[in-house]
Amino acid sequence: MSRRRHSDESDAGSQPHKRRRTSEPIEIEDRLESLICRVGEKSTSSLESNLEGLAGVLEADLPNYKSKILRILCAVARLLPEKLAVYTTLVGLLNARNYNFGGEFVEAMIRQLKETLKSNLYSEAVYLVRFLSDLVNCHVIAAPSMVAMFENFVSVTQEEDIPQVRSDWYVYVVLSSLPWVGKELYEKKDVEMDRLLNQIEGYLKRRQKTHVPMLQVWTAEKPHPQEEYLDCLWAQVQKLKKDRWQERHILRPYIAFDSVLCEALQHNLPPFTPPAHSDDAVYPMPHVVFRMFDYTDAPEGPVMPGSHSVERFVIEENLHCIIKSHWRERKTCAAQLLSYPGKNKIPLNYHIVEVIFGELFQLPSPPHIDVMYTALLIELCKLQPGSLPQVLAQATEMMYMRLDTMNTTCIDRLLNWFSHHLSNFQFRWSWDDWADCLTQDIEKPKPKFVKEVLDKCMRLSYHQRIVDIVPPSFSALIPADPVCSYKYGEEADSSLPGLAMATTVGNAIKNRASNEEILIVLKDVPNPNQDDDDDGGDGFNPLKIEVFLQTLLHLAAKSFSHSFSALAKFHEVLKTLTDSDEGKLHILRVLYEFWRNHPQMISVLVDKLIRTQIVDCAAVANWIFSPEMAHDFTRFYVWEILHSTIRKMNKHVQKIQKELDEAKVKLEKQHNKKDRPDGQLEIWLLVEMTKDDNLFFFQRFIMLLTEHLVRCETSGVDINTTWYKNCIERLQQIFLMHHVIIQQYMGTLENLLFTAELDHHILAVYQQFCALQL
Amino acid sequence: MSIKLNALFSDSYMDISQYRDQDFKGNRYEQEKLLKQSCSLYVGNLSFYTTEEQVHELFSKSGDVKRIVIGLDKVKKTACGFCFVEYYTRADAEHAMRFINGTRLDDRIIRTDWDAGFKEGRQFGRGKSGGQVRDEYRQDYDPARGGYGKLDPTNVIFTTGT
Repeated sequence: MSRRRHSDESDAGSQPHKRRRTSEPIEIEDRLESLICRVGEKSTSSLESNLEGLAGVLEADLPNYKSKILRILCAVARLLPEKLAVYTTLVGLLNARNYNFGGEFVEAMIRQLKETLKSNLYSEAVYLVRFLSDLVNCHVIAAPSMVAMFENFVSVTQEEDIPQVRSDWYVYVVLSSLPWVGKELYEKKDVEMDRLLNQIEGYLKRRQKTHVPMLQVWTAEKPHPQEEYLDCLWAQVQKLKKDRWQERHILRPYIAFDSVLCEALQHNLPPFTPPAHSDDAVYPMPHVVFRMFDYTDAPEGPVMPGSHSVERFVIEENLHCIIKSHWRERKTCAAQLLSYPGKNKIPLNYHIVEVIFGELFQLPSPPHIDVMYTALLIELCKLQPGSLPQVLAQATEMMYMRLDTMNTTCIDRLLNWFSHHLSNFQFRWSWDDWADCLTQDIEKPKPKFVKEVLDKCMRLSYHQRIVDIVPPSFSALIPADPVCSYKYGEEADSSLPGLAMATTVGNAIKNRASNEEILIVLKDVPNPNQDDDDDGGDGFNPLKIEVFLQTLLHLAAKSFSHSFSALAKFHEVLKTLTDSDEGKLHILRVLYEFWRNHPQMISVLVDKLIRTQIVDCAAVANWIFSPEMAHDFTRFYVWEILHSTIRKMNKHVQKIQKELDEAKVKLEKQHNKKDRPDGQLEIWLLVEMTKDDNLFFFQRFIMLLTEHLVRCETSGVDINTTWYKNCIERLQQIFLMHHVIIQQYMGTLENLLFTAELDHHILAVYQQFCALQL
Repeated sequence: MSIKLNALFSDSYMDISQYRDQDFKGNRYEQEKLLKQSCSLYVGNLSFYTTEEQVHELFSKSGDVKRIVIGLDKVKKTACGFCFVEYYTRADAEHAMRFINGTRLDDRIIRTDWDAGFKEGRQFGRGKSGGQVRDEYRQDYDPARGGYGKLDPTNVIFTTGT
């Protein structure tokens, strides 16, 4: 099919006759693909009759299109897990009609399973195993052989010297298939299954859970404990077992075909040995189950299944799968979520909202880009205008109430989502409901949240709009009018140093002076630091920087583009002025002084200064961690700047890494010797990395946190201030948001910074991070 | 593993539209090729009062913005309701097409479309009165876009504009 598309593009319709000649078999294959993919969707006939019809069509096409059909069915097993039982039923019907085909399908699935495991596609591997286990229910696979596969999986827990995430995965894949096949396996092999579950229980008891605190959205246990995912799934399976494996939520079309299917001959799964662990293997990270609703939250209608019910697991799994399949198409995704089969028996809107926020708040990062969830929720509100907005409002209210114990990173994501969402709905919100935050200290989570939300709302609109949308009582939380603060303006004190020079520079700029001309003009600026007149006026001169930059920014204050133009035009001057580290730090200080009421402007200008290499990341780190910025340290925009800086830095490191790898390959080719001393290259990289500013950030954090801890200790005060919680979670955030790059430095981090002598509170963050990959 | 099930997993927000820039220097094929690799977006239906800052804040949600060029009335040199947003990477621009296109900025549903790349001169409206062509013939009253359309609807015979 893709072949045909390409020829369309290049021919631009110039050879229609050629298309017609070669397209027939392709057309049939497309039709098969379409028929198979679309079965189970809305139709005038029942699902059973559609499956029956499709099985007939496919059986007839087997002689000519068998391999294509096999490939399509394997693909839907892997890519459409939300329609699992529809396709297992289809395979069951085909197997009943054609035993050999059934056998070939099982073989193809096993091959596919091996490939996915080799390619680190672990979530797809879960779907494949689940598919195989449901094929037991369809009389395609014999139960004892499935049990044998599960036994092999669970024996991974006996392997030595493996990362915990490896054995975790193999236990997970067995447990997560049991809602589908537990009943059947227990009926046929209860002794073996009991032994299996005992082994799993033993493993779960002894495994490490150091990673859990780092992944929890809320630190409090009430009202909903944030459980580690394997613990939760185990509890759900235990409850299912107690209920004698009676599970009523999963749609099982094969039940209607029982008389046909039980006549079929079954196949045995070939013995399957889990591939051995290798260093290339990247197992899924552990996660914590996000819960924000329970049966008390949905006021009318169907009751929400309990947190340890297997129904809850299945519903959440299916909703996650739908999002995974359709995240690029927000309208389709919303429609698919809202047409979830069995939706009349559950409070579907609540499940959807919970699953979406669960993904948005997932640590270290959401499965998809944040803005997707905003767009998806807007589509859902459009499709269900009478019910979904209310659930969303209820959820927002609940999260506001629990801000005190919410992880700082998650608060960031919440306020980003909320402000963007409001901007699509004329900023309508019942702010008075949140009047309780007005009586609290402004650094507390609730007023802080409201303040940051209003700041973000203002960025998407304008200052007066924000004044208009909140009640007058909220005025203390309204952001400052984002105007600049020019110190050399008309109201300036005539004795202000540099005042006259600022006018001169301003005129020069307006008269289109060149960089050299400006530098000449600036030569006359006295240096307040001039006790050591060693370099004749070319060294760091803070007054020069202030006079020039304040004036330049003032002339260019009209818009981002004006400011970017100005920085570009006078790049040379700025480079000269910031030649030293002190110069780089000072330019940031001056920038901050000038634009302190317009954090968004500070953010974009810092980005430009880094990209044009006027300042470096170390300077940004020094500035953010400096005492002058302490009062803004917990503000959202500071962390926006910091994370953006780290991202740019990491891209740079990745670039160097790539160049290093390429250079290595070149050298090896040239010299063709194994004893080539490439230790030189390693040393170079290490130097680069230790110079690297990632370490600066960690170093500064450690200093800041240690100071706080020591201060509290000596004065006998509790360390757990709001500031401390914010700061330590920001440190966690650095690890989590940039974990891909940081993994590469672990050795350096441990040797240089996170040593055993460090305060255990700070060291704990590092250890929790390490535990994520063990 | 080789099948991607094209039938099912569409990505329709990414498709190029029917619009082709008449002033583009090159043939249709070349323009379409650029559109399919582009990191630049045209953004339309903005209010005349929407600022670069607002555009930057919104479009930064899909990735780092490299540059914004606000569309200007050719005569008045004031904003006339469109702009170009350029990203550093194609992937970031794709996310904008999927998740920002069709949502609101300044209370208006905005529309994004692939652009072949900014060239000097393209920041100006091409309507006879100086603004965008669509505002020449518009018959409704839109206070955020200068009120009524430019031409008196009772006098003029409309031809299909570009």
